[in-house]
Amino acid sequence: MFGTAIIVFREVLEAALIIGIVAAATRNVPNSKRWLAAGLIAGLCGAGIVAAFTDVIGSMASGVGQEILNAIILSIAVLMLAWHNIWMSSHGAALAASARAVGKNISDGRSECSILLIIVGLAVLREGSETVLFLYGIAASEGAGASSMMLGGLIGVAAGAALGYTMYAGMLRVPMRWFFTATGILILLLAAGMASQTAHFLIQADLLPSLASPLWDTSAVLPEASLIGMVLHTLIGYDSRPAGMQLVFYVTALVTIAIGMKLAKRPVKPIATKSINSPGAA
Amino acid sequence: MQKLLLSFLLMPAISFAAEADYTLTIKDHRFQPAEFSIPAGKKIKLIVTNQDSSPEEFESSALNREKVIMGGQSGTLYIGPLDSGRYPFMGEFNQTTAQGVIVAE
Repeated sequence: MFGTAIIVFREVLEAALIIGIVAAATRNVPNSKRWLAAGLIAGLCGAGIVAAFTDVIGSMASGVGQEILNAIILSIAVLMLAWHNIWMSSHGAALAASARAVGKNISDGRSECSILLIIVGLAVLREGSETVLFLYGIAASEGAGASSMMLGGLIGVAAGAALGYTMYAGMLRVPMRWFFTATGILILLLAAGMASQTAHFLIQADLLPSLASPLWDTSAVLPEASLIGMVLHTLIGYDSRPAGMQLVFYVTALVTIAIGMKLAKRPVKPIATKSINSPGAA
Repeated sequence: MQKLLLSFLLMPAISFAAEADYTLTIKDHRFQPAEFSIPAGKKIKLIVTNQDSSPEEFESSALNREKVIMGGQSGTLYIGPLDSGRYPFMGEFNQTTAQGVIVAE
């Protein structure tokens, strides 16, 4: 039961942290919670569908269909997070200033919300499908342990969700003047980490060269299977044995999105150069 | 991202030098062989065949690889090039029995 709880926890954690961050980051976007819930439900349905078709997906592209699907899902998520961050750079200040006057921004808010739905949906889809398969395997195996393992699965889901909520609650405590900088940086790192994972799957499928592999090995100091390792893996893309190509993707995503955020910020404060208002948010 | 799209488009063109194939079988939630050797410094193609009816996830933090293989299915993954050493792997869904090691030498 304990083993099951840990496996499920591992799968749920990543999606839960992403939801926690996105929920906090969009707390001033009108109706964001409803869209998050819709994303969660869509993701769960998608996870079920992907799980049901895993055999078909797996046998595509000479046995590396799973890696390609993961890479596609991750790269869409990177794009969406990038979009979110750039959108927030140009609208975030306005949203914070006029949290009550939400009506004006509703059309802008709506496109942002569909982005939310996609980000959350994809996170749940990717992590959820493996959980579904794992639990299906347990349920399918006859034997008395199945129900206690299912209980373990539920504990895993609950623990993962609790950590995601902690992330959310913790972020809400960040003072408002640092809030957009803080969430911007968190989402930037999240996106860069996903870009690195994209490279990881493409290397595993032999569609990209690994360059140096591993570039470094910190598994003795901070193993990825440890709780801190898992959390850092999601939050900043920590990898104890990354390939060089992963770092290339990581840095490329980081720099590209940061530049996008810088550029998006400019039109908000026209020509008059106010140096007070640029704490290097990017 | 364009790079990524490009890499998909170039997929048929990017086929790196043919590697030796290795086969790993999962049966009764165990790996056969549980230990095998590969040459160090070379990329290999590993085909994992799951003869059980339930899905399994081939996972190795040492190799930095993870892949779900459905019951009765096979999956392909590429490993290395590795420095010489021992690289444990496991079946995440049945960790108590599904354990193995790749030895690069």
